[in-house]
Amino acid sequence: MRVIVDLTRCQGYGQCAFLAPEVFAMRGEEALVYDPDADDAQREHVLRAAAACPVQAIHVEWMAIQRKGMRTAAARPPLGDDAFRKTGRIVIVGASLAGGRAAGVLRREGFTGTLTVIGGEPYEPYDRPPLSKQVLAGRVPADHTLLPHLSEIEAEWLSGAPATGLDVVAKRVTLADGREVPFDRLLIATGARARPWPNEAEATLDGVFALRTMDEAIRLRECLAARPRRVLVIGAGFTGSEVASVCRELDVPVTVVERGPAPLVGALGGVIGAVAADLQRAHGVDLRCEVTVEALEGDADGRFRSARLSDGTTVEADVAIVALGAIRNVEWLEDSGLAAGVWGVACDAGCRAFDINGLVTDDVFVAGDVARFPHPVYGYQFMALEHWGNAVAQAEIAAHNMLSDQMHRWPHLSLPIFWSNQFGTNIKSVGVPTFADEVAIVHGSVAERRFVAVYGNRGRVTAAVTFDQAMWLEHYQHLIEQAAPFPPASHAADRREPVIPVPAEMPDRIEATQVTVVVTGHDPAERRASLVRGDR
Amino acid sequence: MAPPSVFQRILDYSHRADPYPLYAELRKTPVRREEDGTYVVSGYEEIVSLLHDPRVSVGRPQPGEPRDAEKEPPSFLRLDPPEHDRLRRVAMRHFGPPHSPHQVDGLRPELFGIVKDLIDGVAGRTRIDIVDDVAYPFPVTVICRILGVPREDEARFHDWADAVIESLDPSEEGRPERLRRRENAVVELHRYLGGIAAERRRNPGDDLISGLVTDEGPDGAMSPTEVAANGALLLIAGHETTVNLITNGMLTLLRHPELLDRLRHEPDLAIGLVEELLRYEPPVHLRSTRIALEDIMIGDITIPEGAPIVLALAAGSRDPKRVPDPDRFDPDRRPNQHLGFGGGIHYCFGAPLARLEAQIALTELARRLRNPRLVTDPPPYRPSPELRGPRHLLLDIDGVIQPAR
Repeated sequence: MRVIVDLTRCQGYGQCAFLAPEVFAMRGEEALVYDPDADDAQREHVLRAAAACPVQAIHVEWMAIQRKGMRTAAARPPLGDDAFRKTGRIVIVGASLAGGRAAGVLRREGFTGTLTVIGGEPYEPYDRPPLSKQVLAGRVPADHTLLPHLSEIEAEWLSGAPATGLDVVAKRVTLADGREVPFDRLLIATGARARPWPNEAEATLDGVFALRTMDEAIRLRECLAARPRRVLVIGAGFTGSEVASVCRELDVPVTVVERGPAPLVGALGGVIGAVAADLQRAHGVDLRCEVTVEALEGDADGRFRSARLSDGTTVEADVAIVALGAIRNVEWLEDSGLAAGVWGVACDAGCRAFDINGLVTDDVFVAGDVARFPHPVYGYQFMALEHWGNAVAQAEIAAHNMLSDQMHRWPHLSLPIFWSNQFGTNIKSVGVPTFADEVAIVHGSVAERRFVAVYGNRGRVTAAVTFDQAMWLEHYQHLIEQAAPFPPASHAADRREPVIPVPAEMPDRIEATQVTVVVTGHDPAERRASLVRGDR
Repeated sequence: MAPPSVFQRILDYSHRADPYPLYAELRKTPVRREEDGTYVVSGYEEIVSLLHDPRVSVGRPQPGEPRDAEKEPPSFLRLDPPEHDRLRRVAMRHFGPPHSPHQVDGLRPELFGIVKDLIDGVAGRTRIDIVDDVAYPFPVTVICRILGVPREDEARFHDWADAVIESLDPSEEGRPERLRRRENAVVELHRYLGGIAAERRRNPGDDLISGLVTDEGPDGAMSPTEVAANGALLLIAGHETTVNLITNGMLTLLRHPELLDRLRHEPDLAIGLVEELLRYEPPVHLRSTRIALEDIMIGDITIPEGAPIVLALAAGSRDPKRVPDPDRFDPDRRPNQHLGFGGGIHYCFGAPLARLEAQIALTELARRLRNPRLVTDPPPYRPSPELRGPRHLLLDIDGVIQPAR
């Protein structure tokens, strides 16, 4: 039976691990791992666990009807073009979490027209977070990650032939096999893929991996099971750190090479990054910061054997994992006239895509990792979030708005929340830590690696990060929503000293330069933007 | 004299059988200041927010409680982080995940066996008391086995536990006498458990107290006084809460005969049924140990620093702003996010055990009692408005069905 836990909601109560210990397990105090395709013999246990969850985060068998936060809204169908809702044609490009979620919500909100979901991978939609955790650790087979019965949503699922082009005027999507799929309204949810190793020859060495897809997870798992001499992880973001954690769990030696001063710096800043560095080293990771990999070297058979680092040293290893972040899947939109580039596809807070002139379109929507949207809480800055919770929440907003008229559209205002399990520690974040100049530990103990860090920007709370203290996160989420003053008062029950903010040590943003916007024409009716690709 | 407030009427024993209309009235002001400066919180969202608010302490001195210096150390229920977290982690190592994940699930066969024996024990009778015959002895037997406390001593700690629970009643009636009884009971209970702890340190068994005194985990073992305080908490909680859950469950089933019938044929129903009981007729109605450590804005009300806070959990679980049709008992409710076990770091330690006990007891009672009828409705209630439940629940039955297996 299919199980999915919304770890965005999970606060680590552990009730599921008590009641269904064969399916759910706590790794450390708060980090939950589970089998997303539990044996049917565990059915009664799983039902007990799901019912007992204090935050009702466990979905069994049928995800699409489970997130009831929106149930009251569903009871009164959105007011839109009635004929469209009955007989319109909707195409969703992208059959992963956001696309699948949107399909479910469209049907729930009463869309009875034709619905086509186009997926580039040859699988049913699956859940990615377990790939770098329980799947890689060998606790759960990769094919257990299929999302609960998404395929039962009444839709035409076209898998294996990715979309290659979009004609916004003729309202048509072109597929790799030449097929053309017409639509009245379109949802772009093509997500992102792992950034490959920049040197193509080195990237093809046997033993060099990225980790994003189920196929990649399966091959990497086989490699780890064969007990390599050492694993090299390139990049200490969340994926790289989780892979390193699994290696240590399997007692495989691992070296992590990170360009920045500490792991997770890009997401959480230098202060919390330093805590993450201690965590890695305490678990036996050979962590090398402020170092880059200059070359991957292979033997005569084309097998990866070692890496040359910028500090002149060499790391001997059998496996190299390239964890350098993600690239948004926008190439298929290159000639579409949409504002699509390395930054993603720009859209408004209601998920409607912008064209290259910055004009909002009526019938093209965007959701998930590929979407770049303005967030009012963060000064209307445009942001693209690669979070599970954002994909779900934004897909729900997009689906609702696809069926609604201007007066009844919803803005995507939920605060970003994400989590990571690594080295037996559950890390959760709410808000945007990078939108901060200072950070303060307000609760718990950094030495014990159980604490709450609050981030502030010019005297307002903008984010909070917890290490094994997830039950407090909700309180700080509320402070962010209220734009509460930073630093927050110091009277938390366990604080005996005042809260002292320190600089958050956020890295400088590296601006994307591969696309340049050029404006031509003089008359307001003629002025148009165009995109020039490649570095200039 | 001013007429009694809604909250005072809730505390009054005459409303024990049905406090819910008063809860509805209370919720009209979800955060409400009492004459004495206590804030009573009854809205679902407001309660959840305070349960997760680090500016709320559970260390509020109870009226008449001894001063710090002469006091026995409190259990983790009455401690804030980091002391709370350490003691709860040590206790959890011997009760649940991550260290002992199979502990509670592994008890299921034993739980079935105890319930079976208790129901076998009433065979041949036509009138039974759900409280004295099943709902009380069942969890007491279980908690004694878990802690490693001799079941034969039950009569002694039954009295101590009663004395402690009665003192929780926030009303003024008979308070000095209740507090005196409580103080004596706590001293004796701690001495009793301290004796067991000392003995287990010499001869450890596989029980929880042995675990607590011999623990070699990262947080170390509990001191003898810590074992006594936390052992007392688990013993009393194991006594005084699950009994209400099972009894309230049977009462609710008898008021909804169609559900009693469904439970006989649908084993899965017990799972949702117990969740709904925890929402609709929970064992714990009020928690009154909290205090604001600084001014707390909640909605447009400010709870001032130092103000005592009462969380009306049972009122929150029926808040119509959160729960559709909250006064309807519906075991098929999904999702069912209630306050039956509280929330945040003080979430009920024994929740998984209580759930299994209630699921098993109610299913077996439904299957085996032949034609059960309530003798009185409502039944007589115990005095406490905090841990609320019937003192007795008399049923007439036409006998007991022997299980086929």
